[in-house]
Amino acid sequence: MKELFSLTIVRAAELLEKGEITSVELTETILERIGEIDRKFILAYLLVDKEGALKAARESDERRKNNQTRGKLDGIPIALKDLFCQKGVETTAASNILKGFIPCYDSAVVKKLKDAGVVILGKLNQDAFAHGSSTENSDFQVTRNPWDLTRVPGGSSGGSAAAVAADLCLGALGTDTGGSIRQPASMCGVVGLKPTYGRVSRYGVIAMASSLDVIGPICKSTEDAALMMEAMAGKDPLDATTLNTPVPEYSKEIGKDIKGLKIGWPKEYFTAGMDNDVDKIVRATLVKLESLGAEVIEISLPHTDMALATYYILQPAEVSSNLSRYDGIKYGYSVLRNKLPKNLEEVYFESRGEGFGDEAKRRIMIGTHVLSAGYYDAYYKKAMQLRTLVKKDFDEAFKKVDVIVTPVSPTPAFKIGEKVDDPIKMYLSDIYTVPANPAGVPAISCPAGFVEREGKELPVGVQIIGPMLGEPTILNVSNQLEKILNLDQKPSLSSKADEFSGDNS
Amino acid sequence: MLKKEDVERVARLSRLKLSDAEIVKFAPPLSYVFKMFEDLDTKNLSGVEETSQVTGLKNILRDDEIKQYPDLTRCTTEELLANAPKKEGTNIVVPRIIEK
Repeated sequence: MKELFSLTIVRAAELLEKGEITSVELTETILERIGEIDRKFILAYLLVDKEGALKAARESDERRKNNQTRGKLDGIPIALKDLFCQKGVETTAASNILKGFIPCYDSAVVKKLKDAGVVILGKLNQDAFAHGSSTENSDFQVTRNPWDLTRVPGGSSGGSAAAVAADLCLGALGTDTGGSIRQPASMCGVVGLKPTYGRVSRYGVIAMASSLDVIGPICKSTEDAALMMEAMAGKDPLDATTLNTPVPEYSKEIGKDIKGLKIGWPKEYFTAGMDNDVDKIVRATLVKLESLGAEVIEISLPHTDMALATYYILQPAEVSSNLSRYDGIKYGYSVLRNKLPKNLEEVYFESRGEGFGDEAKRRIMIGTHVLSAGYYDAYYKKAMQLRTLVKKDFDEAFKKVDVIVTPVSPTPAFKIGEKVDDPIKMYLSDIYTVPANPAGVPAISCPAGFVEREGKELPVGVQIIGPMLGEPTILNVSNQLEKILNLDQKPSLSSKADEFSGDNS
Repeated sequence: MLKKEDVERVARLSRLKLSDAEIVKFAPPLSYVFKMFEDLDTKNLSGVEETSQVTGLKNILRDDEIKQYPDLTRCTTEELLANAPKKEGTNIVVPRIIEK
């Protein structure tokens, strides 16, 4: 079988179960593809753990031979955004300040997936500390969009989305604080699920903004995402925000017809600033869903404009707190490695000043300002009040409708370098994904069509938002949409070999 | 636009040593965001409750007993110290905090 790397998780699991392929064959094929394609075209991986992956694959095959297989994910090669601590494997958050950091434990979700038998191929690029929407804020390399190598893959989980789209892993983990799973999934033409806040344990995952962060899968299909979520979700005593509610068998919740389903269409999301072609795709998607028997209803989320302001207070405030642990004392970049300054403050100021990149510094300063004496009530407290209003918008909407369908990003993937010097422009590109995070509701990005730019086809996704713990419903709608749209294009990387001649920083 | 001293003040509170070039570079985006925040001041939100997080969970307590969580937290002292920049034996070395 020549193209094992292009399989979905569900299909690979079937072939493994039938004994038609082994995990070692599958893993070797993908490792080979990573070797051929990744450094040349995509730059999705920061680290490839060839030995670890092959060892896990051999163990999986051994289990299968002895009838001790652990389920559908056993032997499936996936990869991790570099925010996930993995025992014994360098974990950097794509930041200089954590370069060389080797965790002595697995994050809870990595442990769960290992227990389910997955093979971990390596660590994927991202914006440093997940600060960004293009993966250009990585301190190490700029990942390229497999559909057009001159464009960004989105971010911050850009390495994850690009790797899945380019068949450099069967599935990947991402994190989402304001759209970091959904936006790159949309820009790379793959499925990205941001679960309900508290659904997946964040223990051992490098924190960005703790009241907003969630962990979710990025996959080639909705079925795959459902399967991964089953293994990832659940209560964890080491993350006090995890919910006690039992985890449904998500993969059995999909495939149901959506006749009579009520879909909300929020008028505030269809405003100026959205690309015309994106607008057309979202509207065409709604028509498709209607053809399946769903009913589309116009709704209002009146505090949408406030959601971005809320987010841009809460998020940097929490970033500044979370990044205060990088002090040059316990781990990471430190001036102590070269000298012993006279006082402790110098260690802090210099290690942080030299170790953090621009975007981390910007956010730390914004957040510190917001939380500083005299400003807390004016900003942070107000943002928490506004968050109540944003959340109420969704509560009210979900009394009338089952799901809400919106664009994911106002534009398809933009050019590398186009927005990197204009942080404000970059911030505004998250406008449709941000509200789900302060509200805590789950949302999925599902591929919905293509737009043509400069002779290249660029994927565009739609966002399906559900009520708290509404993952089964949004997964089902996404699955139905996939079936009716039947988009099976893949980026053609080999033919682009000669087209690309660029410098990567 | 924020003045040099304003940026320096926030950098100091943030424990960040910045170069003069960085101070110049960071002034415009910080000014923009701080201005956006000031616009919020015009909103009257009296009577609106605050939401710090959305789960509704409060005060997650457990019995006060030592418990080894399966595998995850089992790191040895050596493993935990392996990432420390400067150490002597099992101690982390830092500059003197209390003057002689």
